[in-house]
Amino acid sequence: MFNRDRWQEIFETIRKNRLRTFLSGFTVALGIFIFIVLFGFGNGLKNTFKQFFLDDATNTLWVNPGKTSKPYRGFKANRRIEFDNSDLDDIKANFKFFLEGITPRINRSVGVRYSGESDNYNTRGVAPDHQYIEKTLIMSGRFINQDDIDKKTKNIVIGRLVAKDLFKKEEPIGKYLEIGSSAFKVVGVFQDQSGDREERFIYMPYTTQQLIEKNNDNINSIIISFRPELGYTSALVFEKQLRLFLKNKKSIDPRDNNGIRIRNVADQIRQNQQFASVLQMIVAFVGIGTLIAGIIGISNIMVFVVKERTKELGVRKALGATPKSVIGMVLQESIFITTLSGITGMIFGIALLSNIGNRLEEFFIIDPYIENSTAIVATVLLILFGAVAGYIPAKRAASIKPIVALRDE
Amino acid sequence: MISIKNLHKSYKIGDSSLHVLKGIDLNIKKGELVAIMGSSGSGKSTLLNILGMLDLADEGEYLLDNVLIEGLTETTAANYRNKFLGFIFQSFNLINYKNALENVALPLYYQGLGRKIRQVKALGYLEKVGLKDWATHLPSELSGGQKQRVAIARAMASEPKVLLADEPTGALDSKTSTEVMSLIQQINSEGKTILVVTHELDIANMCKRIVKLKDGVIVDDQKVDQVIAENHV
Repeated sequence: MFNRDRWQEIFETIRKNRLRTFLSGFTVALGIFIFIVLFGFGNGLKNTFKQFFLDDATNTLWVNPGKTSKPYRGFKANRRIEFDNSDLDDIKANFKFFLEGITPRINRSVGVRYSGESDNYNTRGVAPDHQYIEKTLIMSGRFINQDDIDKKTKNIVIGRLVAKDLFKKEEPIGKYLEIGSSAFKVVGVFQDQSGDREERFIYMPYTTQQLIEKNNDNINSIIISFRPELGYTSALVFEKQLRLFLKNKKSIDPRDNNGIRIRNVADQIRQNQQFASVLQMIVAFVGIGTLIAGIIGISNIMVFVVKERTKELGVRKALGATPKSVIGMVLQESIFITTLSGITGMIFGIALLSNIGNRLEEFFIIDPYIENSTAIVATVLLILFGAVAGYIPAKRAASIKPIVALRDE
Repeated sequence: MISIKNLHKSYKIGDSSLHVLKGIDLNIKKGELVAIMGSSGSGKSTLLNILGMLDLADEGEYLLDNVLIEGLTETTAANYRNKFLGFIFQSFNLINYKNALENVALPLYYQGLGRKIRQVKALGYLEKVGLKDWATHLPSELSGGQKQRVAIARAMASEPKVLLADEPTGALDSKTSTEVMSLIQQINSEGKTILVVTHELDIANMCKRIVKLKDGVIVDDQKVDQVIAENHV
């Protein structure tokens, strides 16, 4: 293996058989290159997928009232369920162990005016916990706080785009907006990564919203975040108990699935993750397919190479080459070529991937990458199979009697 | 130098088998130049292949330089070939991507000699066959006669005890054939034992002894008055 003469013999053979060297080297380099690029693109797809779906907090339950579909406890079917403030308090009191945060939501659409500019916006009456659940980022000022809730203040937090539309370049904090017939003070501006739509909302204390509407205590929906360390199964238990509790409180048949609707984000995340793992499997499948194609390619070339050399190997044997030295020479040459070109292909592939970055974002490929270990394992695998593929015909060629090999004109 | 007794060889062709050598006894002393003659199918090439350890006999005894050749593994056969034998083929069998010098140096590589020594030795043998100036030429740049002379230099390079030539002039015109035979005679005159398989009588007559094979047996074995090839060039 480390015989200098052997290497010289091999370099000579490589130098004087350029086409053969090129063919086998190119196959391996191309195989590894395609594998790495495809695998990297797969990872890029996964990155895009993560950005799309894994943005909001994952430990949340969205509780919405619905319409009953079964009669129960003297109530008819088709009764509309409504939430009110007592539901918030009851959930807080009964599920302390699970709870991290809770907020109601009251959605309204209103006309908003500021010194000549006016437009329609959606408002959300919320509690302070909403900030965490929606992952709202405060750009300036502050979010709704408990003081706002308790005193039913007319403070609002506006989205980045609301500020841009109404205030242009003016500083919005401390200014007053006319919403409906009352003036509200802007105490904060927020942004949200989920997109433009989210940034056109106006947040106000839910108690203030209720005060405006004849001091009622109605709530549209409830959003709950549970303690993330609970894990998936505990979250499911929590969801089940919460459902039972609310159904009981609102006199809904326990078998009626329409009265209360709970959307568990963890569940959705799990589905998304399943989709992501399907994606991963497709990527792996494509990768393995490419590798197998590469292995078949290098095997074919090795068979061709040995076939082409049969006579030469016969001459060498007649001149005193042992079978071992014949096999060793063929193998060492092929391993040398495949290793060199495999590494070349690997480097080119990785270089290409790291230069793509966000340039293929419109094809849903963001930051494609491949783990170094995956790239190296694939390269080693191809080299190994190239060697095995070379060994079989080389062994056969070495065991042919020289006289047969020489007769092969 | 070579001693064979009761050599048998048959080839399987489908279900039947073809008995090619039917008991050959032959003794060749050191320094002889022997022509093995016979028409095609007489078994002369098979005999040469067995002598060259390129093929194995089914039965019989083969002594080469007092070493009993039997039950060879591929590896020992390769070592014997490298040490004892030099081959000259009808179709030259030079390695086409190696130049003349590298071809001649190849058996030395398998003898495990260093690169420098290989080069010097190989060049020496090329000079001996008159091709020193062609050392860096590829076989495709050489004429048939030149190729065969390179092949002879290669066969000589490993300093074998016996040179085996299988129709060495079969692919050459008569003038070149005579040149090649002249070279073979010259090498023989330096004491090398040489076997030449041929079916041409004038080539055989340039040897010192003619063994005639027919249907797998020796029908004639006699010394002849050697025709000196050099006089006919």
